[in-house]
Amino acid sequence: MATEHADMAQHAEHTLTPAGYIEHHLSFNAHPVAEGAGFWTLHVDTFVMSVVLGLIVMGLIWLVARKATSGVPSKGQAFVELVFGFIDDQVKNIFHGNRHSFIAPTALTVFLWVFAMNSMDFLPVDWVASIVSFFGGEHAKWRAVPTSDINTTFALALSVWILMIFFAIKVKGLGGWIHELFCAPFGSKIWVWPANFMFNLIEYVSKPLSHSLRLFGNMYAGEVIFLLLGLWAATGVTGTIAGAILGAGWSIFHILIVALQAFIFMMLTVVYLAMAHESH
Amino acid sequence: MNINFTLIAQAIAFAVLIWFTVKFVWPPLLKAIETRQKEIADGLAAAADGRNALEAAAKKSEVTLTEAKQKASEIIAQAEKRGTQIIEEAKGNAKVEGDRIVAGAKAEIEQEVNRAKEGLRAQVSTLAIAGAEKILRKEIDAKAHSELLAKLAAEL
Repeated sequence: MATEHADMAQHAEHTLTPAGYIEHHLSFNAHPVAEGAGFWTLHVDTFVMSVVLGLIVMGLIWLVARKATSGVPSKGQAFVELVFGFIDDQVKNIFHGNRHSFIAPTALTVFLWVFAMNSMDFLPVDWVASIVSFFGGEHAKWRAVPTSDINTTFALALSVWILMIFFAIKVKGLGGWIHELFCAPFGSKIWVWPANFMFNLIEYVSKPLSHSLRLFGNMYAGEVIFLLLGLWAATGVTGTIAGAILGAGWSIFHILIVALQAFIFMMLTVVYLAMAHESH
Repeated sequence: MNINFTLIAQAIAFAVLIWFTVKFVWPPLLKAIETRQKEIADGLAAAADGRNALEAAAKKSEVTLTEAKQKASEIIAQAEKRGTQIIEEAKGNAKVEGDRIVAGAKAEIEQEVNRAKEGLRAQVSTLAIAGAEKILRKEIDAKAHSELLAKLAAEL
């Protein structure tokens, strides 16, 4: 989509190479926040986009929730209640406890926020680049999709992971949790302790990895495909038209991926937190 | 694809968003929805109650109506019975009274007859004497035959 802007994004004295185009679009607007950089680097684009989207999404829903009436709901409230009911139903089916105090609101946050961040993939990559180069110079970098930054998905998955361990300890006690590390799932005989521990260790490592990498991989791949289609525009008019058509098709298909990945991420969050509440 | 400080920043943003939702977004929505659900449930329950009450009232009115009809027919039957009873009584009374009147009249008539007989008896002797006197004035002395005449009068 809007691939004709590919040239506009990287015009002037720079020679435009495919590798350069893709690298430019996959680079973060990174700023060191402390001396020495390295770990102490902040991806300003990821952070700003995600915070702004979070504020917009949760702000809008808050504006509705603030004036929520138990009488006849307005259209806005009806829509919000639809989303609320959808999330609440999903959580109710998985988690059998007091979901309203924490898990269901968390699921709502995760779903809406991840959905909003994923949706940034619909913005034509070169439009974003043009706008940013207009304000920040032609070499300014800006990645619009926060969930195609592994830092975002890892941040979410690790937060869920910490919550998971927190709830496991809260529900079972520290002793109960450690007991479960060694005595589940194969039983409490001492000679299966190592096997149990290895099993649980792998589970605890694989959970955040699969949780975060699934979302990251989907969104990153989606972005790369948009970039490859955008690249096609450099080959001439035919390529531009073909790229635009395929880009439109990919965008339409991407609606499914954006919604589905947000839903999967939310469901896994709920499942992990619900599992932490269950004793074996 | 490098892990850096962005991760921590994003985690903080996530935590703040969760806190915001838990505190300000979820509770009012939950309250509104639960209140509405309760209102709807109450409304449905009230409607069911009303229907039941209506049914009970209809049944009760039917029972009352049947009872009233039964009572009315009972009263009518009783009244009819009482009516015939009164008529019978009146008939009986009338008969007794009639008999009494008839008996009284008969007794009076007998009395009158007797009195008339007495009167006649008393006068017959005088008349007989007067007749005989007229016939016998010339030949018979009244004094000599008065005994005979008195005997005759008594025999009448």
